[in-house]
Amino acid sequence: MNPILKWLYQWAIPRVLFARIEAGLPWLSALAAVTLLLGLGLSFFYAPADYQQGEAFRIMYVHVPAAWLSMAVYVAMAGLALSVLVWRVEVAQYALISSAPIGAAFTLMALVTGAIWGQPMWGTWWVWDARLTSELILLFIYLGIYALYEAIEDKRQAAKAASLMTLVGLVNIPIIHYSVIWWNTLHQPPSLSKLDTPSIHIDMLIPLLVMLVAFKLLYVVWLFLRVRLVLLLAYAHSAWLGEALARKGEEK
Amino acid sequence: MNEFLLMGSYGVYVWSSFLFCALVGGYQWLKPLVEYRRQRALLRRQWREEALR
Repeated sequence: MNPILKWLYQWAIPRVLFARIEAGLPWLSALAAVTLLLGLGLSFFYAPADYQQGEAFRIMYVHVPAAWLSMAVYVAMAGLALSVLVWRVEVAQYALISSAPIGAAFTLMALVTGAIWGQPMWGTWWVWDARLTSELILLFIYLGIYALYEAIEDKRQAAKAASLMTLVGLVNIPIIHYSVIWWNTLHQPPSLSKLDTPSIHIDMLIPLLVMLVAFKLLYVVWLFLRVRLVLLLAYAHSAWLGEALARKGEEK
Repeated sequence: MNEFLLMGSYGVYVWSSFLFCALVGGYQWLKPLVEYRRQRALLRRQWREEALR
């Protein structure tokens, strides 16, 4: 078998996944922290104030990455849901259900920072326009998937139900993305999806891209932390877990 | 520096946005980490007790 494919397939083996998370987590956490600090530094000290919005535009550096990740995490969850339903990959259900609260957190960040940004710029915290409403629905979908999984005792059935709900809810993602094009909204049109003709100055764009990378890394770190915990609970009585933890104990 | 940190009349909006994200993000980071260590300690204690029996 192709070694790259083999390496990829091995992620589906709980024992290998646990070992890779244990080995990669400290490095990934450090990388995420450094990228985040760099992004924050650039956001506050490198990017100039906006000629119209003044300093308030800096909210963009947390609002846009959070909003972007709120959708990206959902798309990743849809892929995991397919893995659960079609290929019956067991660890995919752990990653799926671990992603739901993280996606909800990013959505909440996007909604709250958007409201805080909206008050000084639009004169209101909230309007029921298409972008804001569809993003709020996304938050409810995330919470619904998590609640559904937790409500069903048989976790194999729970994973199937949560996966189905994830795939049904996927219809909301293009609605969120195109809402500012399809309808007249108070929210501005997209500025990141047209990088060839960006609508913001390069000095403002660079910190935004760094923050985007930092948020993506944060997603991976938070996902790894949650999946590691779920694996610990699910395989508490497996020999391989005992050996892995014993090795870890010896290293320390 | 003080003027920069206050960010004019918008300072409260900017700082509250970043602070909110820091709180939510900090919770996402710390909650599974603390819970993992607690569960791992419980499991190790359980294994030690089983080995002693």
